[in-house]
Amino acid sequence: MSNTTSLPTSEAPAARRLPGDLAIWVFILSEMLVFAVFFAAYAFARAKNVELFNEYQQTVNRDLGALNTFLLITGSWFVVRAVQAAHRDDLPAVPRNILLGFLCGGGFVVVKIIEYAAKFGAGITLSTNTFYMFYISLTFFHFMHVILGMVILAVIWVQARKGAYTSRDAHGLESGAAYWHMVDLLWIILFPLVYVMR
Amino acid sequence: MDMLKNPAHRAWLVLMIATVITWYLGEVGAAGTTAIVAMLLIAFVKGRLVILDFMELREAPRMWRILLEGWLILVSSLILLAYWISLK
Repeated sequence: MSNTTSLPTSEAPAARRLPGDLAIWVFILSEMLVFAVFFAAYAFARAKNVELFNEYQQTVNRDLGALNTFLLITGSWFVVRAVQAAHRDDLPAVPRNILLGFLCGGGFVVVKIIEYAAKFGAGITLSTNTFYMFYISLTFFHFMHVILGMVILAVIWVQARKGAYTSRDAHGLESGAAYWHMVDLLWIILFPLVYVMR
Repeated sequence: MDMLKNPAHRAWLVLMIATVITWYLGEVGAAGTTAIVAMLLIAFVKGRLVILDFMELREAPRMWRILLEGWLILVSSLILLAYWISLK
């Protein structure tokens, strides 16, 4: 793997800083490990039922899956802009960008509900087959993380409106942002895995 | 083009283009070893951009960068292994 993007090793260790609080990163890592188990479980269950998975994967809405990828990536991008705004003390831009990130999350939720309504309306449940068991449980588990991410964004939005995040201290904002990016990162694996790869 | 000096803006653009490519591979019904490797590679590049430029771990203590990038390598390898088994 290419490592050309890393900084020169001569850089002073003191310059290296973890954004946000250590606790949020421990939490993020534990969440990611749980998802890693789910992703592997999906892939290995598929290996045992290739025909079934390939057949039913055709019936999920790939366009809506891609649209949701756009929404989460753009939502993440707005939240990075909020962090960058805090670092340069552009205080009005902080809550504005958090709100835009939150709205992208809201868009994801709406799209996902449309997707679920179509599937549940067609009589699909967890017990329809192994593919749909994984499709529903994996996407729904991720969906709950989108909701939690939006709650966190709402909390930091309230704080940001009070001018709580500046170049001197943006820890709370950075912690919330890191969690929101994790939600994005997980979907970046989930979308090709469940919707496209065959 | 001034906008592209910001690594987050560059990452957003690449992420959007990469998503279109994955969606398009699905549209044309790409399947099998090459398609799987291509999609995993795209997901890996996307994940790395999120870790380095959105989570801003590029300049974080090395351990955290290794932990998150290591997760990405672990997940991609497990998926690749499972798909390789399914192709046999």
